[in-house]
Amino acid sequence: MSSLGKKYIMALSGLALVGFACGHMVGNLQMFLHPDWINEYAYKLQHLPYGLLWVVRIVMLTCVVAHMVTAVMLVIENYKARPEKYVAKANLQASFASRTMKYSGVILLAFIVFHIMHFTVQNIHPEFLHLETTLEGVGTIHHVYDKLLPLDRTTVHDVYSMVAHGFSLKFWYVSVFYIISMGLLCFHLMHGISSMFQSLGLRNDLWRKRLDRVALAAAVFVFIGFASLPLAGLLGIIEPITPLIASH
Amino acid sequence: MSERNISVTLKVWRQKNASVPGAFEIYKVDSVSTSSSFLEMMDLLNEQLIEEDKDPIAFDHDCREGICGTCSMVIDGIPHGKKALQTTCQLHMRSFNDGDNITIEPYRSKPFPVMRDLIVDREPMDAIMQAGGFVDQRIGAAQDANALPISKEIADKSMDAASCIGCGACVAVCPNASAMLLTSAKVGQLNLLPQGKPEKDRRALNMVRAMDGAGFGNCTNIGECEAACPKGVSLDFIAKMNRDYAVASAKEFFGVVG
Repeated sequence: MSSLGKKYIMALSGLALVGFACGHMVGNLQMFLHPDWINEYAYKLQHLPYGLLWVVRIVMLTCVVAHMVTAVMLVIENYKARPEKYVAKANLQASFASRTMKYSGVILLAFIVFHIMHFTVQNIHPEFLHLETTLEGVGTIHHVYDKLLPLDRTTVHDVYSMVAHGFSLKFWYVSVFYIISMGLLCFHLMHGISSMFQSLGLRNDLWRKRLDRVALAAAVFVFIGFASLPLAGLLGIIEPITPLIASH
Repeated sequence: MSERNISVTLKVWRQKNASVPGAFEIYKVDSVSTSSSFLEMMDLLNEQLIEEDKDPIAFDHDCREGICGTCSMVIDGIPHGKKALQTTCQLHMRSFNDGDNITIEPYRSKPFPVMRDLIVDREPMDAIMQAGGFVDQRIGAAQDANALPISKEIADKSMDAASCIGCGACVAVCPNASAMLLTSAKVGQLNLLPQGKPEKDRRALNMVRAMDGAGFGNCTNIGECEAACPKGVSLDFIAKMNRDYAVASAKEFFGVVG
């Protein structure tokens, strides 16, 4: 594959992943509303028609794998392109973010694996699977409560309490890991988003500065949105509504 | 600035030829005028070495007025030294202080093997040029100079790209040893103009392939090349080449390359 082909793959898979991250972050912010909001939202996502949930999951997995495999190819090829290193090497203007993409990327991969085990598969704390609560019909914007009420099935998985327990002071190190990872994501996106436009050739001297500002703003926005939850957990702003029952 | 004499200690890469390993040697040069250029200081050191019956240091140089792109050394980790927008021959000793230690290395990258001391073989850049750095011209009488209207903006932009002197500093400074800035300048200067239009797609495809084939690294948009370029060639030409190559690849896929 040509060097530019790899650029396009990095940019396009990165674009899909950034889009997912932004949507995910906005969805998360429902944690600051009544518990019904996030619980109905989660129920709705879990019950998407036509197996859409798995379509999204497979597309995201494909993007992560493509992004990762291409990144590994880039690192190996670039390493080989300079067999003898400089004894004195100065940095002229390269940003910290641009020089550390491979490291932030690897840590983010570890984070994604942990995050999926933590809140999706829930095998870090298996007792999360048993958290259930009854909807009160407050977060009715999703109309889940209205549909479930006639069926007398308003008891749903208590995602609100799962997240609240997950980020509780008891597991402070988990919250700290989340916040650090989101900081790295912020750095990764600072270079990544501006790089995306460069790689696809979608910028010129006029738009370069504007797009760099857009990238910085988007990266900080994503960081604040994501990091607010573990931080709220540490500060005790989010409290579980269902107690955790030890399963074993 | 008033002229004075300084002495500097140089740590210079010495290597007999491409097939033997090299090593650094330390040299002290006294009473270097601050008005002398970096290359003149190197000349001074070489005279000193010849007097001592040692091998002088081999380094590339030609015009010594910043236009040929021949001088190539990496000074304290920066190709052409620490001052922006100049070549090694334009770097003057007034940029250094008395007693400075200066490390001088050859360009480091796989496609540019060290031939001797500070001289590297930069032929892969010629291979990139030969792959598409030309325009087809009809033979016969030259056409009227005003027959092809070109806007001032486009002409300026093309001239900015054409200011690339092909020194290879972009490759030397790039953490990935990528030749994207050089290639994009050469693609861009012609792709922008109506004269380069007929070969636009093939030029982008062939020059990128020649670049990849030579074993340069991949560009990761870090931008060190732009900062080190003695002619200030902009990263925007890389963006333009990315765009031209994408369009050309799509056309090639559908079998309609122009």
